[in-house]
Amino acid sequence: MFTLLKVQYSNMLEYRVEIALWAISGIIPFFMLNIWTNNNLNESINISNDMLSRYFLSAFFVRQFSVVWVVFSFEEDSLMGKISPYLIQPLNPFFRYFAQHLAEQITRFPFALIIAFLFFIFNPESIWIPNLGILLLSMLSTFLSFLIQFLIQSIVACLCFWTEKASSIERLLFIPTLFLSGLLAPVVSFPTYVKSWIYLTPFPYLIDFPANLLSGNETNISGGLSMQILWIILLFPLFKKVWSEGTKKYTAMGS
Amino acid sequence: MNLRKSLKVYKKFLHTSLASELEYKTNILVDLITAILSLIGSIFLLSIFFQNNDYIGGWEFEQALIIQGIYTILNGITNTWFNPNLTEIVKHIREGTLDFVLLKPIDSQFFISLKKINPSGFLEIMLGFFLLFFCIRINQINISLSFLTLSLITIICSIGILYSLWFFISTTTIWFVKTWNAIEVLRSFLYIGRFPLNSFSFSLRIFFSVFIPIAFITTIPSEVFLGLSQSWKILLEVIVTTVFLVTSRKFWLFALKFYSSASS
Repeated sequence: MFTLLKVQYSNMLEYRVEIALWAISGIIPFFMLNIWTNNNLNESINISNDMLSRYFLSAFFVRQFSVVWVVFSFEEDSLMGKISPYLIQPLNPFFRYFAQHLAEQITRFPFALIIAFLFFIFNPESIWIPNLGILLLSMLSTFLSFLIQFLIQSIVACLCFWTEKASSIERLLFIPTLFLSGLLAPVVSFPTYVKSWIYLTPFPYLIDFPANLLSGNETNISGGLSMQILWIILLFPLFKKVWSEGTKKYTAMGS
Repeated sequence: MNLRKSLKVYKKFLHTSLASELEYKTNILVDLITAILSLIGSIFLLSIFFQNNDYIGGWEFEQALIIQGIYTILNGITNTWFNPNLTEIVKHIREGTLDFVLLKPIDSQFFISLKKINPSGFLEIMLGFFLLFFCIRINQINISLSFLTLSLITIICSIGILYSLWFFISTTTIWFVKTWNAIEVLRSFLYIGRFPLNSFSFSLRIFFSVFIPIAFITTIPSEVFLGLSQSWKILLEVIVTTVFLVTSRKFWLFALKFYSSASS
């Protein structure tokens, strides 16, 4: 596993420019912040300007380190028939993708820092330093969020065995993730008829919860973490099941 | 190259790519649901913004819906034409198949910009028009001939600008080979087209009207819909569109000089 990570890391270093661009493409939260503060929308939800800027910066960070694209890689590999050699190896191919994602996150880290630095130049009053405990906890919850998304996408990716084009299903799932995860607006600001059920879904734990934790906004730490773990426990057996069913169904392209 | 020949060729393009896309019928259904959900999502987001405010950047909720409608139409057009074709350019250049395109007795920009079509975008375009008609009713807009021509002109200009932006980025592939991510950046910038320009701070407003004229793409047509737009703005949009279209064309021809096929 460690060697796999190392190989993927050197692989990723080759594409630094692209990863930098990827990092830039994640700046939507800042546009949203601009709308919020510019129209004084935050007054109605009782969050100060600074706290809101911290929230959106944290949301940016969480998003940067929990982006998953396994379904796209898997679809390409399976359409090209590249999966066949991977299947023979005594290692689940998803480990390979997993290492790829982790390596990419490491490469992405400096770019995300640069963007955060620029952000602080424009908003010096929002600088804050979370204490070590909080920092570690938010890193943990970001990683758990990444795991949840990785599992969901892997399940979708396994649908490639049946439909060939699973990426459109992923695009469909991405919409609720985008709007409900707290990337565009913090979940506290949602109307009550949404708030009443949203905490039962995995969405707020993907961005909103880790971002609140990191930015120091009010949140239920133990409750959030246990919900994240619960979702992982629920999704993992599902993934195993879909995977084993799928590989039985698999017929290599062009063979 | 004459127009009739282009039309004839285009009919063939339409036929072949429709035939290949209709192979994936469930995909189209999934894409339709995606488009509907994404519209619901952005209206939901707007409703959060308007929860305790009557105005955002001087726009009422009903007026801001017009922007959503226009955005949806333009997004549908992007998904139908720009996205499938221009990602194809990247492939052509990477695999060196651009050679075959250049050898054909047809304009290369015409060929690569219109070769493919993704029918699921049509549904999104229709969705956008539905929303627009709904907005015309709730905002009590009077439809007159001048209104129709002006809105048609501005929307066509928006399509022109959007196309040039996409084409411009795809052209850079000739040097950088992998511009897939630059397109992602453009996509995320385009996202702000869902909101009225005035809701952003001054510096962002300048950025999005001078460097990347996203402001022109949705806000000006919406203002025309509401009858708020001054004529100089419309004129400016026409000028910007012309400049963008001409430069993207020049840029393509310029870039082709640097094209040196793959593995040869």
